[in-house]
Amino acid sequence: MQPLTNRSKAVLQKEMTFAEKLYLPAIINGMIITFKHMFKKAATIQYPEQKREFSPIYRGHHVLKRDDEGAERCTACGLCAVSCPAEAITMQAAERKEGEEKLYREEKYAATYEINMLRCIFCGLCEDACPKEAIFLTDRLVPTEFERNDFVFGKDKLVEKVDDRVDVTKRQTQNVIDFKQNKKYSHNK
Amino acid sequence: MENYYIFKIILVVALFVVSLVVAMYSTFAERKISALMQDRLGPNRAGPFGLLQPLADGIKMFMKEEIIPNVSNKTLFILGPCLAMTTALMAGVLIPWGGKIELWGETFNLQVADLNIGVLYIFGVTSLGVYGIMIGGWASNNKYSLMGAIRASAQMISYEIAMGLAIIALIMSTGTMSLGEIAAQQDAGLANIVYQPLGFLIFLICAFAELNRAPFDMPESESELIGGYHTEYSSMKLGLFLFAEYINMFISSAVIVTFYFGGYNFPFQNEINEALGLSTNMATALGTIVMFGKIFFFIFFFMWIRWTLPRFRYDQLMRLGWKSLIPLAILNILITGVVMWMNGKLN
Repeated sequence: MQPLTNRSKAVLQKEMTFAEKLYLPAIINGMIITFKHMFKKAATIQYPEQKREFSPIYRGHHVLKRDDEGAERCTACGLCAVSCPAEAITMQAAERKEGEEKLYREEKYAATYEINMLRCIFCGLCEDACPKEAIFLTDRLVPTEFERNDFVFGKDKLVEKVDDRVDVTKRQTQNVIDFKQNKKYSHNK
Repeated sequence: MENYYIFKIILVVALFVVSLVVAMYSTFAERKISALMQDRLGPNRAGPFGLLQPLADGIKMFMKEEIIPNVSNKTLFILGPCLAMTTALMAGVLIPWGGKIELWGETFNLQVADLNIGVLYIFGVTSLGVYGIMIGGWASNNKYSLMGAIRASAQMISYEIAMGLAIIALIMSTGTMSLGEIAAQQDAGLANIVYQPLGFLIFLICAFAELNRAPFDMPESESELIGGYHTEYSSMKLGLFLFAEYINMFISSAVIVTFYFGGYNFPFQNEINEALGLSTNMATALGTIVMFGKIFFFIFFFMWIRWTLPRFRYDQLMRLGWKSLIPLAILNILITGVVMWMNGKLN
């Protein structure tokens, strides 16, 4: 029979030689290996001080973006909720009142917007579906909680602060912007 | 005579403290060395370089909930760890920790008790150690504990024979059973390892088995027996068991050093002491430091082996003990006898 890979080895059950039966040479060899490892660089990343470098396309904690004037971009169209395979997103839409133009960019906005972080699988489909460039996944880690209910993140945790913008340039590349603004695609019409 | 007792009391207390401190930092060293060998960093958060880690571990042990199983024999359950700890601390008094020391115009040996049957005493006390494990394991009323205890006692009995036979050859070549004299004999000449290489190897392997350390950690074998004899133990009782193991490791390193590696002696010590112009006390201190260096090397060696080799299977362990080590030890006695006869040392 032809071997599937060239890594296969024939199993030998030969009688051990005297030196092998003694085990001492093998033990000494093993000890040399462990001793050498004592001087190798540790693979440890000391977490709170040191952080592992994330991939540029890392998908972590979501952010709801504001536009340049500080108004929320989300219009509660619900496309993200529809696209979400884990059904983690819920929202309630509301109509913008007079005088709220600074807060919400368009006439409709999300009064509540919740993502259940225990359901979310961080696939990024919500980001793909969003026609308003409002939701992005960032390279931030989702904080841990003690209660199940605390994992339902509302707008307080999702919407970026006006004075503390979240950088999404890694995710919002030129390709992404072109895709979002190309009227050829149905979701942008 | 009063000075004699005061000195001995001071020495005993110092020995007690040193044993505990060395054991404490052995736990730290174990974690650190295992980490280094596995390309990790090990504990480094408590204090500088994690040096306060043993303290944190101790506090953790004390703070844990104390559980005594309902179905256990309570007296024996408590007696187990006490016995393990007591016997672990008892063997240290026989070790000569250094040469002569001059205090209050008198000369003392840096050894608590130099029994003329010291070797026998050491054997007796270390064998008692297994009672702590046996009683603890049996009193827990848990099948895993019992299995661990049975394994421990079987292992101890098997390896004690080979160990004893290895020591007989050493006693033959040194002609004494007093540890003080064994150490003193290696003063100017070569260490006993040169005369007894095979005996040393057998003794070392048996020491691993007596200590219940990897690759002979059958009684504990956390992967098969979920901790073995200390499965049911919690809080400081568990701490005592674990601590006793480290004290035993320290003491048996000291015994190995005394028996085979010249104890507090080191090569060219007389020349070096003369060249440096050291007084008796200073020379003794230097010898003690050298001895501790050797002991620490053996503690490191125990850990080195532990993080290198996997555990023996139980039947392999028994086969090694009964079919390899005991015949080898008897052969060693024979060879020793023949060599002594040829050198005309037997009359």
